[in-house]
Amino acid sequence: MIIVDRRPNPKGKSLGNRRRFIERARAEVKGAVMDALRKRKITDTESGEKVSIPTKGIDEPSFRHGSTGGKRNYVVPGNKQHVVGDEIERPQSGQGGKGGDPADSGEGSDGFEFTLSREEFLDLFFEDLELPDMVKKRLSETASPELSRAGFAVSGNPSNINLIRTMRNSMARRISLKRPKLEEIEALEEEIERLAHTGPEILWREAKDRLDAILRRTRAIPYFDPIDVRYNRFERVPKPNIQAVMFCLMDVSGSMTERMKDLAKRFFMLLHIFLVRRYKTVDLVFIRHTSTAQEVDEETFFYSRETGGTVVSTALAEMDRIIKERYPLDAWNIYAAQASDGDNFGADSGRCVQFLSSLLPICQYFAYIEVSEGVDSFGDRRMDKTDLWRAYAEVAPAFENFAMRRVGDPAQIFPVFHDLFARNKAAIVNQEP
Amino acid sequence: MPDTIEKGVPLFEGADWDYDKLKLAFEAIEKIAVEELGLDTYPTQVEVITSEQMLDAYASVGLPLMYKHWSFGKSFAYNESLYRKGLQGLAYEIVINSNPCLCYIMEENSMTMQTLVMAHAAFGHNHFFKNNYLFKQWTDAAGILDYLAFARDYVAKCEERYGLSRVERVLDAAHALMDQSVNRYARRGPLSFAEEAKREQERRTHAEQTFNDLWRTVPTRATLEGLDSKEVAQLKQETNRHFGLPEENLLYFMEKHAPKLEGWERELCRIVRNIAQYYYPQKQTKVANEGCATFVHYEIMTRLHNKGLLTDGAMLEFLHSHTSVVSQPDYDDRRYNGINPYALGYAMMEDIKRICLAPTSEDREWFPDIAGNNDPYATLRDAWANYRDESFILQFLSPNLMRKFRLFRVRDDAAETNMRVDAIHDETGYRELRAALARSYDLSRREPDIQVVELDMAGDRTLVLRHAVYDGVLLDEKTSQMVLRHVVELWGYPVRLIETDAVTDQVMKTHNLAPGT
Repeated sequence: MIIVDRRPNPKGKSLGNRRRFIERARAEVKGAVMDALRKRKITDTESGEKVSIPTKGIDEPSFRHGSTGGKRNYVVPGNKQHVVGDEIERPQSGQGGKGGDPADSGEGSDGFEFTLSREEFLDLFFEDLELPDMVKKRLSETASPELSRAGFAVSGNPSNINLIRTMRNSMARRISLKRPKLEEIEALEEEIERLAHTGPEILWREAKDRLDAILRRTRAIPYFDPIDVRYNRFERVPKPNIQAVMFCLMDVSGSMTERMKDLAKRFFMLLHIFLVRRYKTVDLVFIRHTSTAQEVDEETFFYSRETGGTVVSTALAEMDRIIKERYPLDAWNIYAAQASDGDNFGADSGRCVQFLSSLLPICQYFAYIEVSEGVDSFGDRRMDKTDLWRAYAEVAPAFENFAMRRVGDPAQIFPVFHDLFARNKAAIVNQEP
Repeated sequence: MPDTIEKGVPLFEGADWDYDKLKLAFEAIEKIAVEELGLDTYPTQVEVITSEQMLDAYASVGLPLMYKHWSFGKSFAYNESLYRKGLQGLAYEIVINSNPCLCYIMEENSMTMQTLVMAHAAFGHNHFFKNNYLFKQWTDAAGILDYLAFARDYVAKCEERYGLSRVERVLDAAHALMDQSVNRYARRGPLSFAEEAKREQERRTHAEQTFNDLWRTVPTRATLEGLDSKEVAQLKQETNRHFGLPEENLLYFMEKHAPKLEGWERELCRIVRNIAQYYYPQKQTKVANEGCATFVHYEIMTRLHNKGLLTDGAMLEFLHSHTSVVSQPDYDDRRYNGINPYALGYAMMEDIKRICLAPTSEDREWFPDIAGNNDPYATLRDAWANYRDESFILQFLSPNLMRKFRLFRVRDDAAETNMRVDAIHDETGYRELRAALARSYDLSRREPDIQVVELDMAGDRTLVLRHAVYDGVLLDEKTSQMVLRHVVELWGYPVRLIETDAVTDQVMKTHNLAPGT
């Protein structure tokens, strides 16, 4: 007998099969993913998702006997009271009942549930999306290399000599080769000096020879030898620019209803998932505003009520301040998503434009959505533009990385999002609803 | 009672296992298996795997190597979700009919379970694989692993060369026809998988060199006109002879004669049907095979315990597992899911042993040739070697066992309002019960009997399949339509499936499907 331990074998032998399976059930899985998304929190993108997909399209048919009709015989165990001639009511179909024809017991369930890993989940979600304007830092894909310590080397730049290592090697070599110590030489020289004056010549000569030998030895075994020298070694490791900060700006004045906030939340969430996928760390900054702006946590952002007027520019100013304070541009990618019902204090729109024009160049992307009560509220009232919309529309054409949309219904969220990040951006950005 | 058996030192104590213990246990088991039970097995290779690898093995129908296909991914996801939820435990072992016999054991098992698994798989199943006539006739234990490696590489190469979707299309279709793609009657000596791989290359070069003249010589509608019925019949006969009709092996037919398939597509059909053929014996010997393995492990474990090689604790753990494996819930039990092959098989083996050693007068009457022959192991070895489930039950199911299982037969005739009990475990019912149970294990009745019977070569090349209907049980409409779609996919021209009564030849139903519909 041979025993083989297969446990260390490479894992995921059936990954290829799994990929093919998901590919096969793509339409179904994708529908399930979209459903699942509606139930999540903004930051809840770390886990995979359990999806239940209908078996349509993924069943494996084979010729089978039908489950009804004809004459059948079942032999079953556990007779308790039956005698020949007993009649038994036919069990309702669907339940195997008496014996059940083995041929018709397939995987007949209507649904099929399995868990997608986080990667699979997000890949499906983002399969045809692409973030626009990836120029600035080439995002996470392109990495700026950085030097990092990587042990020691025997060759290198003199400025990188590692003294401790070098000294240690040198000492070890000197000890092992018995290089005479300085004190030894000095003691001997002193003795020679003494003997030269007092001692018998033979002893002096002998000491002199010894000194010669020692000096020869000293010369032969250098204090430092090239083989002792060690250099610090550095490697260039690509260091992706892996941080992004996402600003969520929202108007929380009285005119924003819960429903509108809900719409906004979904919008933020989608952007967040997208960023988490691209960047190692994603900071979230929530700025709410009425007539004044304030940085708050997520809970407060979505659920606490505020009253007051609406001055949008305060939020933009707050964002500007936070960027300057906490998010240096060379280390952070900045994304912003703003949701508002479009109301703004009349004279403020000009200021908004000003702020926006200064913010846009440093943002990777700035998305603005205008939420409304219902689908109809936009209707055909094409002239009925809000102040803010009109103001933003002025800025929009100048910046590729700015997009604005109107959303009136949860069902429009995804298409909007899709539009915002769609590959063919030119056709969509700044298009009016 | 004098205790003449020498008590040995237990092979192991506690639940933990290691390689030395495994070796020790294996040797002790081997001694009993060979010297006392007279088993004859392939050399064994025990492979230790993790639970995830066990799920992997599940996904690829229990084979250690398999080509890639989405359905395996589906079954992996399905089993995994059941396992993670705790709805389904994993099998303790998987054993591959190969030479050397591969026997997978899971690292999570206790030492007792490992011992049980080795006795069950490495000796019980192994002996069955090596000696049963079906396996001998239809499978090539020495070559299967090589063939699977060839299949895996071949499919991978095709995917690379022709694209995933085209390969998937053919495999989907072939999988759908798998059950109807085995040779039921031997035509030649045992298949050598190694040869298969070599011959694939030869076939391809041959096909490239020779022009298929077949389709040109086929008569057209025009040549048919002016022929009398006798000549038409003769022509038909000629076509049938030419194409080897009727043909029961659908994939074989597609591989050889489907006009639109390319060489590699034919080879894929061949791979799928070879794997179907490899599994054909296993499907027919569930009861006998599991019965054999369960009986062997029970005998071995008991003997180990009697010799003092197994501690009482280990024996109890074993018995707990054994009894749950061989339990048979009653038909009205919530857990009932058909007759448990382990339960029936094991009970029959024990019963045969009893008949050999201590027959009653009833046994002498029913089994005159084995009752009281005092050689239970030789009798069993003979049963394991020469029967499949159907014949095994028909031959060896005793009245005693039918009473014990309290078997009864229910007739379900769609023409009547109620089902009727028409045989129970009594004098008048034994033979009928036994015959009915045996028939339910007959694959040709269990799975639809579908054959290629006709080819309309003069017309639109319609392929005609015939389903032989027994007792009025027709095919499931929905799945048949889906499978027909796959048949059309392979054949490339219209396909007609006729369901005719096996006895009267009366047509009961016809399905038609043409390409592009």
